Amino acid sequence: MSALIKVEGLTRVFDVSKPWLNRVIERKPRALLTAVSDVSFEIEENSVYALVGESGSGKSTIGKIMVGLVPPSKGKVEVDGVDLATEKDNAKVEAVRAEIQMIFQDPYASLNPRWRVRNIIAEPVAAKGGDTKGLAEKLLEQVGLSAADASKYPHEFSGGQRQRICIARALASNPKIIVCDEPTSALDVSVQSQVLNLMTDLREELGLTYLFISHDLTVVQHMADKIGVLYLGRLVEEAPRDRLFSAPKHPYTQMLFDAAPRMDAFGREVEPPKGEIPDAINPPPGCAFHPRCPIAIDRCRTERPLMRPIGDTRVACHRAE
Amino acid sequence: MPLSDRQSDATTIADSARVAGPSRARRMWDSDFGYAFRRAPVAMISFAVVILLVLAALLAPWIAPHDPFNPATLNLMNGFTPPMQANAFTGDFFLLGTDDQGRDVFSTILYGMRISLFVGFAAVFLGLVIGVTLGLLAGYVGGWAETIIMRVADVQLTFPAILVAMLIFGIAKGVTPPEYRDQMAIWVLILAIGLSDWVQFARVVRGATLVEKNREYVQAARLIGRTPFAIMLRHILPNVLNPVLVIATISLALAIIAEATLSFLGVGAPPTKPSLGTLIRIGQEFMFSGEWWILFFPALTLLALALSINLLGDWLRDALNPKLR
Amino acid sequence: MSTPVLSVRDLVVEIPTRHGILRPVDHVSYDIHAGEILGVVGESGAGKSMTGNAVIGLLDPPARITVGQILLSGEPVHALKGEKLRRLRGKRMAMIFQDPLTSLNPLLTVGEQLEETILEHMNVSQAEARRRAVAQLEEVGIPAAEARIGSYPHEFSGGMRQRVVIALALCAEPELVIADEPTTALDVSVQAQIIALLKRLCRERGVAVMLVTHDMGVIAEAADRVAVMYAGRLAELGPVREVLTRAHHPYTAGLMASTPLASQGRKRLVQIPGAMPRLGNLPQGCAFHPRCDRAQDVCRRDPGPTLDAYRGRAACWFPLNTEEKAAT
Repeated sequence: MSALIKVEGLTRVFDVSKPWLNRVIERKPRALLTAVSDVSFEIEENSVYALVGESGSGKSTIGKIMVGLVPPSKGKVEVDGVDLATEKDNAKVEAVRAEIQMIFQDPYASLNPRWRVRNIIAEPVAAKGGDTKGLAEKLLEQVGLSAADASKYPHEFSGGQRQRICIARALASNPKIIVCDEPTSALDVSVQSQVLNLMTDLREELGLTYLFISHDLTVVQHMADKIGVLYLGRLVEEAPRDRLFSAPKHPYTQMLFDAAPRMDAFGREVEPPKGEIPDAINPPPGCAFHPRCPIAIDRCRTERPLMRPIGDTRVACHRAE
Repeated sequence: MPLSDRQSDATTIADSARVAGPSRARRMWDSDFGYAFRRAPVAMISFAVVILLVLAALLAPWIAPHDPFNPATLNLMNGFTPPMQANAFTGDFFLLGTDDQGRDVFSTILYGMRISLFVGFAAVFLGLVIGVTLGLLAGYVGGWAETIIMRVADVQLTFPAILVAMLIFGIAKGVTPPEYRDQMAIWVLILAIGLSDWVQFARVVRGATLVEKNREYVQAARLIGRTPFAIMLRHILPNVLNPVLVIATISLALAIIAEATLSFLGVGAPPTKPSLGTLIRIGQEFMFSGEWWILFFPALTLLALALSINLLGDWLRDALNPKLR
Repeated sequence: MSTPVLSVRDLVVEIPTRHGILRPVDHVSYDIHAGEILGVVGESGAGKSMTGNAVIGLLDPPARITVGQILLSGEPVHALKGEKLRRLRGKRMAMIFQDPLTSLNPLLTVGEQLEETILEHMNVSQAEARRRAVAQLEEVGIPAAEARIGSYPHEFSGGMRQRVVIALALCAEPELVIADEPTTALDVSVQAQIIALLKRLCRERGVAVMLVTHDMGVIAEAADRVAVMYAGRLAELGPVREVLTRAHHPYTAGLMASTPLASQGRKRLVQIPGAMPRLGNLPQGCAFHPRCDRAQDVCRRDPGPTLDAYRGRAACWFPLNTEEKAAT
């Protein structure tokens, strides 16, 4: 099976400096935040690739680069063999862009409160001058709402129902790929399972490919075929789901597993992980995880580890075996 | 998974579809907004006063007992008739008395209010269109556009609005030929007041735009390739209109006062087409000679109009602010 | 049995609105003993935060307590107002909020805020207050507390800030701490640290802790007992292991089963149909019946037994997993 999406050497640097005058007065240098640093991965067609990480890991930035909301500083995203950054044929780029849609985290902010649901759902098609007759009604039924809901406004729906509307909208332009940025983290548990099931069903029915961005390991474990673990903008480990959960190779992945609250861990007494995520503007040299790593050696402090394959896992750690 | 199954998952219990049945006005009255309105006597009274005055102004040609601007109907003998009394010479009766030329004060107020309100509404409309457009641009586009627009706004804010209006008025007067001056006076007034109050609209809209711009529905619109123009007009504009409505209401009161001030200072509406401000200027000449009504009634009308619009605006601001609810 | 630190008896909180009276807390009773963590779970709108706010007297009008009692170490506190309530807060009960940034005053150093609270509630000298402030920061695990006491809240990271908030809550040695979603805004690794800290302090100090959260994992890890709320009512109350592994109430069971972890290896997650009804729109009878597969006629008519602190475990006509208990 060939890869539908190829991401190579993706890097995004944000300039978070204060205005020029303040910098001169306070004698401070430019502050550059490397949100994503040299990330490469491939996603196969009709699979779910998950990116997990804590805040500042760059997972949302990667999602935004994929859908074109944020341009990359370096590296490239290739979809269906079309390099979105360098392809000269605009029609081709447009066609590929239409194939990638996104579902956002907050279903309360991602629907325009002044629009009727019908117009919200049909907008991606209407904007391109397509035929939208009956489209919203059909999609609403597809995501488990009723056609009559099309003439209501977003505030008449609960969080879970809103997220269904967001999914319907994302499906309107017949995409192949959907970037899901924490699609259920704003939802309650009992509603979360409904939305995750819907996403699973739709993937099978429509042959979709998901890039699933989340901080919740249990959700990722349920949804993903392959998982990439991010730390401070760098991909530290990537493995098929079962492999990652049964044999994590990177000490950070191990730490995440240990720290995540577990339903069966009654009164668990474990030593919580040490330290916090460092400042992304001045990341530690070498391996970014070394200050918190229990097995760090001198080499980790100076040399950034490259991704290397071990079995079907890829891991960026000097000490992994 | 069967369709019906999926549907039952999603439908909230007892959260039955609200059918759009009754008229728009009825729904407005039944809404939370209408409820808040019914619970606010000040707002209701202000609203009633505003409606009454606006109707009176609109219907002036039909309800005014005299046409104060038709010299043929004026009788100088009727001059200085006190209110609620018959004239000693002619026996004519005037509700609010007459001025020096025998014009019925009640009728001049009705016609004057027409001009005041017209200038007010038109000036606010002008300021709103300019301010909202520039505010949206500054907030959404950012960069140099924002810097230039907001700096101009800052500079303008350092002068009192009335000074800006007088400046514009002066320039406009200088470039119009003398024979058109009286005709053009009203339009110049509108231009002067409108250009002096766009800043408020621009600042508020820019602030609201900065908030809305980062919300996910705007990102969602961006990623399907909608143009910045479409996003500003179709997505952001409807969501920043609440504060605009509040400012427009309060600006209306301010614009009417500004118009009255300019006219009072003699740089506004001409005596041949008097606004409330012009009437007050005419009236103050007679204030200390015993003919108080020529000043009093126009001034009272202006006060009632500006105050009730202002109170309504204040209430609107509270009612539309979700944080205060 | 010793007097519980907190006793909530038949508490009802009502909000009058133009559409009628809403009851975000509906006849709720529970106890918390010294050194115990009671987890309160539920979905958004279930009334879990509202019970916490009612206990500490932070209800925003027009919400008010209409029925019931709140006893702090046997002493009724639900009717206290003004000065008396203010003295109680901070001194005998304290609150930890979700967002550590907004619960600290950005213009005062953490030392000033700690000392202020200590001086307000304890009869000690300025020097002693400072000494205690440093000791308190050390206790919650802030490295180099002596040096950092002069720092402002924004100079701390998110996790460290939440530690400062905890220190602030504990510095007057309260009997009861209400923690409302204390780890929701934090990353996984920091969350684990904060939970461990809360557990340690609760045990060492013998403080009663009410831990309000939507995260079942956090409850499992931290709580001794758990109260499950649904649409303002207490659905189930019991020891955490019991409730989470052998739920009596169908809602608790559904909630547990629908977490991705419990459904691991299955292609589809177990799901509870529908969503929690809005407060203004509660169905007749048991509020859960439209989503419940065990519902019968009586459930549609009668809301079912109210849960008392000591009698019964689930407010349900047809509880699950009760066979064994009947046998013993």
